Amino acid sequence: MRYEAPDTLEGAVALLSGAPGEARVLAGGTDLLVQMRADVVDPALIVDIKKIKETRAVTEEKGGWRIGAAVTGAELKEHPRLKQVWPGVIEAANLIGSTQVQGRATMGGNLCNGSPAADSVPALIAAGAVATLAGPEGRRDLPVEDVMLGPRKLALKKGEFVVSFLLPPRPPRSSDAYLRFIPRTEMDIAVVGAGVSLTVDAGGTITAARVSLGAVAARVLLVPAAAQAIIGSRLDRPAQDQLEAAARAACAPIDDKRGTIEFRVQVAGVLTRRAALIALDRARTA
Amino acid sequence: MAKHHIEATVNGDATEFLCETEDTLLDVLRDTLQLTGSKEGCSSGDCGACSVMLDGRLVCSCLVLGCEVAGHRVDTIEGVAKGQALHPLQQKFLEHAALQCGICTPGFIVAGKALLEKNPNPTDTEIRYWLAGNLCRCTGYDKIVTAVKDAAVALRKG
Repeated sequence: MRYEAPDTLEGAVALLSGAPGEARVLAGGTDLLVQMRADVVDPALIVDIKKIKETRAVTEEKGGWRIGAAVTGAELKEHPRLKQVWPGVIEAANLIGSTQVQGRATMGGNLCNGSPAADSVPALIAAGAVATLAGPEGRRDLPVEDVMLGPRKLALKKGEFVVSFLLPPRPPRSSDAYLRFIPRTEMDIAVVGAGVSLTVDAGGTITAARVSLGAVAARVLLVPAAAQAIIGSRLDRPAQDQLEAAARAACAPIDDKRGTIEFRVQVAGVLTRRAALIALDRARTA
Repeated sequence: MAKHHIEATVNGDATEFLCETEDTLLDVLRDTLQLTGSKEGCSSGDCGACSVMLDGRLVCSCLVLGCEVAGHRVDTIEGVAKGQALHPLQQKFLEHAALQCGICTPGFIVAGKALLEKNPNPTDTEIRYWLAGNLCRCTGYDKIVTAVKDAAVALRKG
């Protein structure tokens, strides 16, 4: 097994696209090393992207924020500004694993591991984040909701990898929130995850919203009908009921040991409503 | 394929070792450098028995490749005591009997010390969340939390 740690995007792309056999990108390694250990994957080549500066940087860009794909959860938590602007994205990334895992785990890895239960992904999708990819044909941008096609299945072409995420500029009175259900309080995988991002006007009416659900379908879902249910409202009870109904209608979960179909659908509505209320409360003072 | 020749700083000392790509930092520490204080529990990042500091950041050494630490700083349980003098957290683990079989203890000490360096006066809740990635199947955790709190008091007094 070969290990390379190039310090340029071009170097990484050349390695990934030229590799005979399976090549894997290494960021935090908290999924990859576990899968290697369990013989789920046996790559011929590991390309560590952490020496590429862009993957490790957090920078302001065109009024928004660009977050490198290999920035760790612990680094996101310590950033002086991100948590004020995107509290939902940061709280979602910080829910992944333990303190030790937070020291290594990245949003790039969380997305590219291809799990429908990935905690940071619904928050990124609700935020309207765009993934910037580098590949043999250069760079391209892909909305985060289009990166994952199904469990372990990505829209990335051979030789492509996620370099960074761009979170868009934030209008005044905007905020977000992410909630997940797990059977205990820490160290578990989402049975359902719900991310909501919204903007309100000075009178408290919601003018824009995005809603995303995790662990209730083969991929993390963007749910436009749920957003439509609350845009134009002040999130009063009828709007909350419509939001819950729209969230539940979008669910197509599996039954497994962590939750039944009925439970997941029920909880998806509840968490979406609660996340929307938290986001609204935050937006009023943002 | 040839082994990787890695140079890193381990417990303050410039250190060189050879490793295969698939060798984890934990493999290197235990099997190559004979630093067997870090324990192998789960090898999947769930139990925290292999906790070390990598560039001042708490990580599971089972989830780091040996070749990733080239040019980086690794601090293990072996570097916590200064010669014969135990770190206050180690002393408090003894005083409060915060260990039984002891396999999880190095990980708890490394993780607990990292917490106290970041937060000198943690609440019970903060201690429990910070240490949620360290599993102990003997103590029931209460004595560990008590030891960390008491060490925090001792460290604040200096």
